Amino acid sequence: MTAVTVSGKARGVPLIDGIDKVTGRARYTADLDHAGALIGRIFRSPVSHGEIVRLDVSKARALDGVVAVVTGADCPHTYGVLPVAMNEYPLARERVRYRGEPIAAVAAVDAETAARAIGLIECEVRELPAYYTSAQARAPDAVQLHANKPGNLEREVHHEFGDVKAGFAAADLVREAQISCAEVNHAQIEPHACLADYNPLTGRLTMQSVSQVGYYLHLMLARCLEMDTSRIRIIKPFIGGGFGARAEVLNFEIVTALLARAATGKVLTKLTREENFLTHRARPQTDIKLKLGMRGDGRLTACECEVVQRGGAYAGYGIVTILYAGALLQGLYDIPAVKYDGYRVYANLPPCGAMRGHGGVDSRHAFECLLDRMARELSLDPFAVRRANLLEAPTRTLNDLMVNSYGLGECLDRVERASRWRERIGTLPAGKGLGMACSHYVSGAAKPVHWTGEPHAAVNVRLDFDGGVTALTGAADIGQGSSTMVAIAVAETLGIALDQVRVIAGDSAITPKDNGAYSSRITFMVGNAAIDAARKLKSILTGEAARKLEARVEDIECIAETFRVGTGGQASLPFIDVVKAALADRGPITVSGTFTCPPEAQGGKHRGGAVGSTMGFSYAAQVVEVSIDDATSSVSVDKVWVALDCGHAINPLAVEGQIEGSVWMGLGQALSEETHYVNGLPAHASILEYRVPTMAESPPIKVEIVESHDPNGPFGAKEASEGALAGFPPALVNAVANALGIDLDELPVTPDRIHQALLERRRAKRLAAVQEALS
Amino acid sequence: MPIESPQLERPQSQKRLLRLKLNGRWREDAVAENQLLVDYLRDVAALTGVKTGCDGGECGACTVLIDDEAVPSCITLAARCDGRAIETIEGLARQGRPTRLQRAFHEKLGAQCGFCTPGMIMAAEGLLRRNPHPTEADVRTALSGNLCRCTGYVKIIESVLVAAETAP
Repeated sequence: MTAVTVSGKARGVPLIDGIDKVTGRARYTADLDHAGALIGRIFRSPVSHGEIVRLDVSKARALDGVVAVVTGADCPHTYGVLPVAMNEYPLARERVRYRGEPIAAVAAVDAETAARAIGLIECEVRELPAYYTSAQARAPDAVQLHANKPGNLEREVHHEFGDVKAGFAAADLVREAQISCAEVNHAQIEPHACLADYNPLTGRLTMQSVSQVGYYLHLMLARCLEMDTSRIRIIKPFIGGGFGARAEVLNFEIVTALLARAATGKVLTKLTREENFLTHRARPQTDIKLKLGMRGDGRLTACECEVVQRGGAYAGYGIVTILYAGALLQGLYDIPAVKYDGYRVYANLPPCGAMRGHGGVDSRHAFECLLDRMARELSLDPFAVRRANLLEAPTRTLNDLMVNSYGLGECLDRVERASRWRERIGTLPAGKGLGMACSHYVSGAAKPVHWTGEPHAAVNVRLDFDGGVTALTGAADIGQGSSTMVAIAVAETLGIALDQVRVIAGDSAITPKDNGAYSSRITFMVGNAAIDAARKLKSILTGEAARKLEARVEDIECIAETFRVGTGGQASLPFIDVVKAALADRGPITVSGTFTCPPEAQGGKHRGGAVGSTMGFSYAAQVVEVSIDDATSSVSVDKVWVALDCGHAINPLAVEGQIEGSVWMGLGQALSEETHYVNGLPAHASILEYRVPTMAESPPIKVEIVESHDPNGPFGAKEASEGALAGFPPALVNAVANALGIDLDELPVTPDRIHQALLERRRAKRLAAVQEALS
Repeated sequence: MPIESPQLERPQSQKRLLRLKLNGRWREDAVAENQLLVDYLRDVAALTGVKTGCDGGECGACTVLIDDEAVPSCITLAARCDGRAIETIEGLARQGRPTRLQRAFHEKLGAQCGFCTPGMIMAAEGLLRRNPHPTEADVRTALSGNLCRCTGYVKIIESVLVAAETAP
């Protein structure tokens, strides 16, 4: 496939829904017309772990203005992500496992009445011991959170590829590190909200929600409400960010649907920011033990990694997350032997889930930090040590992941040059440092969560009397620009102007099923499906043009909305004339394009081998420059240079935006973001306490786009939204090591952690001096 | 262990007449004395471009201009705006023509998901009215109360600076 630029605009195009966003026209869920809607509100567990002894909602139900009250008794069905791990009820039944878990909910005429009704609910809980760390939950005498999960382990993973023992024996240097990363949260700026409308006369439910996964929401509503899927409609309004926060169905969505049905009407639920933090589903607190073997020339010989994730009270995406943490040790470098042991632990805290860079970020952080430490010990340059371990595409990794395109080498060259690494490293003034790291991410999980046998993506393209081309996609544009990507793919393939294409996205009654916005699957899978659909439409139109122009089909080309015979041909027809001829023949036209990852892309045969499998990895390298304040030990990031191989940038402007955003989200995790619970109570549950970086402390980010032209990607494209995130935290920690000579083992790199590390080093030096004096 | 949530008995608030100039037009409404400006704008005036992103005064998504000054409307009482001029994102574009700030945010991708965008643009508008040619540092300071989770701020800063450069 040849590379394209968008109608000659090499820098890319603005988002097709951008004008609505900058003028305030864009309607997000909370902005929808909710005239006549009741207000939903959730009663939450005040304790971390316990058995519900008594729940009395009669006073709430009796309150004037309360129309419906629902409890766990109203829904005997669990919900969740993986069919094998659905162990959570939308409203707790018998047992609560974290503080803030929904127990009951009310729908009332207004927010004040709903709040008063919540205050009238009486709940008695017999408390059980609660565990807030992985170690506590894994203690031999710990009470089990889930009856079928001994040791409070949701999943253990033990993978070994290659001869690890021989690998370490062949190494010149073997080093270990123990690194821990704090739990973080997506903190998308739009708080969760949904509007459910149940029509008792038709028995139909319409749900408008912030979901990134309308299809899964559809399935879970049908399951929990025991409704036929055909009686449910899911509509996606504008969505104010996702980052994985909405990549699984959330309790409040099912609860609101239950309320709407009980109230036989419309219910709007808007969660507070505090409730957003309670809903959580983000990156777990993670402890990593990593051991690497390296030859004197920097070549890796073996990797052994143990990961413990504190997953919270329920399964969610947990099994996937713990598998990703191991699988994504591979696919970035060539490592002859890899052993991985993963433990996903239940604890009495809000459930974790998927967050940008899902599963791979924390183990990548540990890997890139230890790689740098060993390079230093061997007097190797950080770039050199990475170059010594590059893969060569096409190849398959030890754990059977396909690598068809690989631009990491060029990413390294580009950021090395852009940051003037060679001239500057080692020459910076005191308190300043440079660090670098690499990272990668999947372009869509090649094996879908639900093995239905259906195509992995489908796009319909419609053509009717108005001559406008309408692309219908279930793909959730959550701000990343996926609808714009679909429009470009269709316009480029058809040879028409971008504004001739209208995209309708995310309405289950109209648009084809889509698995959703997660694992960076949309560009690769939906993009390919969009091209497929547009080609089918083009073939119809080309045939029609050939007939009208009395030419052979293979000689017809459509460029700039004109069908011509050959490139220099005289005979031509405007696009609209060909459309009219085609409609006269066939009536309104709808074509369906699909895409499916072939079986050989769907991962290894080992247990859990599907996770990490993808048609194409993005690759990134970045350099971070820091300054550390001597008095306060606070780190400021002066500049970031990042290069990302996205195969081909379908919309370079959007690609840049995604790379900047993901690097910056890594910066938040590296510098200041961390959750903090006191006896299960989140002490971080506001945007003041949970420190998202502001504009004042965010650095310039210089982006370089590398295009390795993936053989299977749409126009050669791969993902661009997640791959760069995981490289930031280690690049920052490596920069701090460069500046101060201390290796930090904990994220985030807060001033107190740096201060502590400096104190410890001073103490160690003093002790060494004393010992030397004594000897 | 019995658990009782605190009873939320709120005294019914008195209503009063509020007269203000909203996006260039004077209007009068009866508002509760404890009504927040953001709720007045969204629920009474139907200006849903004004967003709520936090539990009060933390994220800047609700920023509007009160007499040319950028203010978070979620920690401002509607009743305190009597006689004043309020501008929201909906009031910026005139006759369907977006302002240069809006155009710059669109063309430079200063908006991704777009949720922080109305507040961000109003904060930037407030800055440009008092300082038409800000430096990058001025922009970073003036907009530091407005959080964005998508862009890393890079293209927001670029958008504001480009809009300032193209100022008449």
